[in-house]
Amino acid sequence: MTTVAMPNVGSALDRVDALEKVTGRARYAYENFPADLAYAVPVQATIAKGEISAVDVDAVLQLPGVIAAIWHANAPRLAPRNGDPELAVLQSSRVAYRGQYVAVVVAETLESASEAARVLRVRYDADEHDVELRPGHPGLYRPDHVNPYFPTDTEQGDPDAALAAARVVVDATYSTPAEHNNPMEPHATVAVWDAEGLTVYDSTQGASNIRDTLAPLFGLPPGSVRVISPHVGGGFGAKARAHPHVALAALAAKQVGRPVKLAVTRQQMFAVTGYRTPTIQRVRLGADADGRLTAIVHEAIEQSSTVSEFAEQTAVPTRMMYAAPNRRTTHRLVRLDVPTPSWMRAPGEAPGMYALESAMDELAIACRIDPIELRIRNEPDVDPESGRPFSSRNLVACLREGARRFGWAGRDPEPGIRREGGLLVGTGVAASVFPVYRMPSQATARAEPDGGFTVRIAAADIGTGARTVLTQIAADALDAPMDRVRVEIGDSALPPAWVAGGSAGTASWGTAVVRACEALMDVLHGRAGDVPPEGLEASADTTQEVRAQRRFAQHAFGAQFAEVAVDMDTGEARVRRLLGVFAAGRILNPKTARSQLIGGMTMGLSMALLEESVMDQEFGDYLNHDFAQYHIAASADVRDIDAVWIEEDDPGLNPMGSKGIGEIGIVGTAAAIANAVHHATGVRVRDLPIRLDKLVHGVI
Amino acid sequence: MRGPVRSEDNNGPGFPAPVTADIRLSVNGDEHPVTVDTRETLLDTLREHLGLTGAKKGCDHGQCGACTVLVDGRRAKACLTLTVTVDDREITTVEGLARDGVPHPLQAAFVEQDAFQCGYCTPGQLCSAVGMLAEFAAGWPSSVTLGAVSPGAVAPGVEGRPPLCDDEIRERMSGNLCRCGAYPNIVAAIRQVAP
Repeated sequence: MTTVAMPNVGSALDRVDALEKVTGRARYAYENFPADLAYAVPVQATIAKGEISAVDVDAVLQLPGVIAAIWHANAPRLAPRNGDPELAVLQSSRVAYRGQYVAVVVAETLESASEAARVLRVRYDADEHDVELRPGHPGLYRPDHVNPYFPTDTEQGDPDAALAAARVVVDATYSTPAEHNNPMEPHATVAVWDAEGLTVYDSTQGASNIRDTLAPLFGLPPGSVRVISPHVGGGFGAKARAHPHVALAALAAKQVGRPVKLAVTRQQMFAVTGYRTPTIQRVRLGADADGRLTAIVHEAIEQSSTVSEFAEQTAVPTRMMYAAPNRRTTHRLVRLDVPTPSWMRAPGEAPGMYALESAMDELAIACRIDPIELRIRNEPDVDPESGRPFSSRNLVACLREGARRFGWAGRDPEPGIRREGGLLVGTGVAASVFPVYRMPSQATARAEPDGGFTVRIAAADIGTGARTVLTQIAADALDAPMDRVRVEIGDSALPPAWVAGGSAGTASWGTAVVRACEALMDVLHGRAGDVPPEGLEASADTTQEVRAQRRFAQHAFGAQFAEVAVDMDTGEARVRRLLGVFAAGRILNPKTARSQLIGGMTMGLSMALLEESVMDQEFGDYLNHDFAQYHIAASADVRDIDAVWIEEDDPGLNPMGSKGIGEIGIVGTAAAIANAVHHATGVRVRDLPIRLDKLVHGVI
Repeated sequence: MRGPVRSEDNNGPGFPAPVTADIRLSVNGDEHPVTVDTRETLLDTLREHLGLTGAKKGCDHGQCGACTVLVDGRRAKACLTLTVTVDDREITTVEGLARDGVPHPLQAAFVEQDAFQCGYCTPGQLCSAVGMLAEFAAGWPSSVTLGAVSPGAVAPGVEGRPPLCDDEIRERMSGNLCRCGAYPNIVAAIRQVAP
């Protein structure tokens, strides 16, 4: 495959929807007002495990403006079949986790619905619950595979013997807490039933996917469900699948025979819209005296709910990062009475690389080798476990370029010795990685009689800049100026497309857009450019192309550098500088790409220092379920931060030559910061986040 | 303003009926006669009844800043403001920042600096930035202003007042969360416009 010449692609262009967003005209899901609208407010379980014995529906029906109160005894039946059991809302009296939906109230106004939901009395028969992820839990088991389809365990050579014989061994256990995606726009659905079927305005990362999920649930053919989602206020994985509120809104609208709007509140989001599983990870590295790895063992335990299994691929990046003849990775899961975890930006890579890259820093210190040099010495020639060649692998180039820009040379590795007044200062480095995926999608390209073009694909722009980049890609493929090309996305009535997930959006959608535009250009050439009054249209389906692609090991790489200052009186760590250098194929829009990479790094900074969903063992609830208590990075937390990239020519990937950049920015950040904190203070924090109380005793 | 009216119909045992009030709300220079539930927040009135969906609901608890609007020129969280309390105020939302179809300089700077990704926090960031620049011009200190030990420590017009540096912008904009992580670009956009 060769990449096509592209004058717009590669240019730092403003977002095509920028003016809509800064003027408030961009319309998000909850901002739709079909006629005869009613408001739905869900009610959540206040026990973590048990049965609902009664719901006092009659009392709230007396309240002014209340239209309906729906629970499993009076709810319409759904047909979940083989689908996600989380979507079987109000179909059972069983409570599987605290915060699960047990009822929904529909009223004329938001105020009436909120009050009725608040006072609705639900009686339970509660059972004993278990919500604690802990090593040695008797319920730990080996899942059949880990997300999305990776082998659960891998092993090569004899890692135990190699560790026993190794000159230098690092054996450390790292833990990461539950973290919540928390996009700024809470999940919201407006559901409208009519003679044609069901229309939902939904905040989603994939309109086609939501349609294909909802249709069988309500016994409809896919063509009778339409999902409209032109603007989405962030997702980070939380909106990549239908969560229970989507089914609940559609169910409520069906029951009351009126359009219904439902917004998940920020507090509710901590139970019902997915989160990153907590992890406990044991990493063992064996090396010779020169730091060459002889063994790598990475064993992870995680949680899922009793409703469904989500097994995160925490140790998967360890399978391909560094060369070593003896290696093992394992994943074990325990099903607890907790909400169901799901995808959060870089599932697997984000927590897994925190552990591996922290361990590599510990090994560098144990071997008295610079941590960049240690990584360079352990570069593999091919993917160590599969034996496949890398389509491109520029980790070393990222490390070297970052070292040059950051001023790494001459760094004294001795921890805890750099003082500036009451501060201890240190620097750290870690590697980043994210796999390259491409999934089948379809698109149409249309030549309009006025000389313009319309390109249609059910892609999603959740803030990534997809609408802009697809316009650039289409304009170049059509050899037309950007302002003559209109790209329509965010609607399941458009040609079906892969979700905005797995950092695969641009590669998947862009391939379909290029192929549709090429097909249209062929038709146009055959007619000497003549466009009839009804226009000309061509379509593409990339299923065959994607299935036929060569099986390289394909990954984006990066190196992150952090400088931190730790207050010796309070233990407060602050990140003074953060630099990311990435190798991610061709960068299609440097302006939006830099924003996205910095955004990922900012979420990584937040993961390192702030984010932690605390499980209340007694009540089975995530205690700190709002922004006052679940802290995410604010403006003052993010100081000197930059993301740059090295040129990478990898024409085998897709027609654009691009790798995904949505997730790699968060990978490695927390390790770089934790490594810098160790360099500053001598304290190795192996359980995120790096709170004051974990440092204060070590620095006083 | 007509006095609060208690609805007589259909109130159940133990639950008071909603109380409504007829008020005139002045938003972006337009007067809106509106009947509001006294439990209703300004944010819900704007979004659900006036069709002004620019102000966003990110948390409904005053913790994220997405709902920030200007009330008599000062930053206010619309989700913590009961509508009945602002019937005598002038409210400005993101829809009211442009003049005669020309974007406010901050709106143009946000586009140029790519100071947003998903756009959901953006209306609040913009209103907050407008209010913040006015606060700074009026001499209000922040917690990073040198010598600021109490409100009013840096009086308006005092010579040698420190410039609006990036630390000041970050500090003063930290009530507006952005999960996409557009902070450095937001700071750059505000710096570009700040006098």
